Amino acid sequence: MTPKDELAIEVKGLVKRFGDAVALDGIDLDVRRGECLGLLGPNGAGKTTTVEILQGLQAPTAGEVRVLGMRWETHAAALRARLGVALQETRLVDALTVEEMVALFASFYPRPLAVEQAISLVRLEDKRQARTLTLSGGQKQRLALALALVGDPDILFLDEPTTGLDPQSRRDLWDVVAGLKARGRTVLLTTHYMEEAEVLCERLVFIDRGRVIARGTPAEMIASLGAGHVIELEAHPASVLERLARLEALVGLNQEGARATLRVEHLHRALPEVLREIAEAGGEVLHLSTRRPTLDDVFLGLTGHSLRGEGRAA
Amino acid sequence: MRHPLVQLLLMRLRMLWRMPAVLFWSFGFPLIASLVLAAAFQDRALAPVRVAVADGTGAEALVARLEGTPELQVQRAPPEEARRRLTQGRVHLVLLPGAEPELLVDPGQPEGRSARLLVREVLARAPGAPSPAQLRVTPVSEPGNRYIDFLLPGLLGMVLMSTSIWAMASSVVAMRGGKLLKRLAATPMARGHFVGAFLLARGLFAVVEMTFFCALARLVFGVPMSGSYAAVGAVGLLGAMSFSGLGLLLASRVETEDSATGLFNLSTMPMLFLSGVFFPAQNFPGWMQPVIHALPLTALNGSLRAVMLEGADLLSLGAPLAVLAAWAAGCMVVALRVFRWT
Ligand SMILES: Nc1ncnc2c1ncn2[C@@H]1O[C@H](COP(=O)(O)OP(=O)(O)OP(=O)(O)O)[C@@H](O)[C@H]1O
Ligand SMILES: [Mg+2]
Repeated sequence: MTPKDELAIEVKGLVKRFGDAVALDGIDLDVRRGECLGLLGPNGAGKTTTVEILQGLQAPTAGEVRVLGMRWETHAAALRARLGVALQETRLVDALTVEEMVALFASFYPRPLAVEQAISLVRLEDKRQARTLTLSGGQKQRLALALALVGDPDILFLDEPTTGLDPQSRRDLWDVVAGLKARGRTVLLTTHYMEEAEVLCERLVFIDRGRVIARGTPAEMIASLGAGHVIELEAHPASVLERLARLEALVGLNQEGARATLRVEHLHRALPEVLREIAEAGGEVLHLSTRRPTLDDVFLGLTGHSLRGEGRAA
Repeated sequence: MRHPLVQLLLMRLRMLWRMPAVLFWSFGFPLIASLVLAAAFQDRALAPVRVAVADGTGAEALVARLEGTPELQVQRAPPEEARRRLTQGRVHLVLLPGAEPELLVDPGQPEGRSARLLVREVLARAPGAPSPAQLRVTPVSEPGNRYIDFLLPGLLGMVLMSTSIWAMASSVVAMRGGKLLKRLAATPMARGHFVGAFLLARGLFAVVEMTFFCALARLVFGVPMSGSYAAVGAVGLLGAMSFSGLGLLLASRVETEDSATGLFNLSTMPMLFLSGVFFPAQNFPGWMQPVIHALPLTALNGSLRAVMLEGADLLSLGAPLAVLAAWAAGCMVVALRVFRWT
């Protein structure tokens, strides 16, 4: 086997335009067989567009795409039989039951899993006979996962599979993905949850505005920050925070109103400086806490905005 | 059971069967509407009263006398043709000339009554005319010759058209809107199986519709069946396929159900008027006839009437059946080319 065969997915210079709008602006991606690659980025970054091009659902404006060594233009039928897909949103057939829906999708594939097996993988045994219309949002998502798994795919594409799932269901899904990886399957996952990316993915790719802005293992990416600690600070008046940018101990700073996130290399050196600076400016510290940096800090440092617009709770 | 075509067909049937509202609006409602129409059109009113004078000795004189009356529109025709026009509702009365002129009317048509009174009155005014009592009036009421007999096959054609186009277009557009088509396009499902399942389901429902319709026509309206039910079934199925093809074509790129409704109306309305549902398509001017005869509903209605009323067999219906087959094949080929799964 040449090293090329180790790649499940190879993407070079992928560009996608919708009219004048540029959704993807030259994306390069390599996904190795048997690994889980996490695609992360804020809303509208181009994750879904990238994934749908890899799934053969959209045609790229420019760029090279190889999936399992094949091209969509020439091997579409063979590729579809080997890919499992969960779209970001799908309205299933309301009138069908869970079991019927899975049986329908199973019938399309050459070597499907047993219907019961696919259903039990996503823990929907109780809902076998329920119409899909009556499922809760999270149950629908689990059914969508069962439909992605039932063809026993070589590559599984999951576009935000755990958005809207409760913590237990999320962990269940992680187990399913881990089991798949143990069987040598490849997973391409998009997510807004850092924790999920860290647990499931060997490697991560951050994209923003259609470009790759960083890539590597979670540990590498956090190390790339060059900051051992993060200080979260709230001060009054907000203007005093601007003075902090001058501090030498600082690796990075993001300010939003009266709050600031400071990335520092050595806490014991940076913290006194920060407090002194605020005191000299006549400001008052309202809140201060410190923590280890996360992937979200990496993203914040790269783009100036958080991965999830709504903040970092969750 | 494991075959994708079977699974897709089951999906389609369950989508219809388990959704009573869908079932009603796409299937029950057109049937009921057409039956209400049938009942209503048993006594429709149209002016002026049209009279056909059959060729024969004394016909000229009768025409001359009738033509002076504004409420009467007089036409000449050979006796057979005159009777057929009465059957089709194109004239309200047929006057057979002779020593004792005979009036033929369809008791199912209220105009028949006024036509009779008007014609009698006019004939009585002339010098030396036979007295009204001498005029023989023959109601032509054998089933197969009334307006309702003409109307019902047309209504069946109309029902097959609207249910076939709508069942195809609305569900495909809904599935595209919900991204289900996109999801299916990401599987190795054969596109032909998908379309085939829809066509099979439509065929099954078309058979149900035809059975229901023929039974009502026979039991409620006493419409006779001169030809074979198998021939009606074959013609109706071909019609259902051509309209399904049209429905698929209309739905091939549409995103929203509103647009689908608009396209549905745009395609069916002209045919409702032009294709001889309520009155014969021959009533339109000659230059329109080639267009009218190329429409699938004209071909379907003509064929259904020929089988049901005149006992025609399929072999004699080559031309209209070819029109239907051409629509079915043409629409599907184009539809599958331009079809958008995403
Ligand atoms: N069909 C389309 N027509 C026009 N613009 C589109 C289309 N699809 C996507 N876009 C644009 O392309 C950009 C990338 O969209 P995409 O759906 O890939 O984002 P995403 O990273 O998946 O975001 P999210 O996290 O919200 O799912 C967005 O700006 C979007 O508005
Ligand atoms: Mg997305």
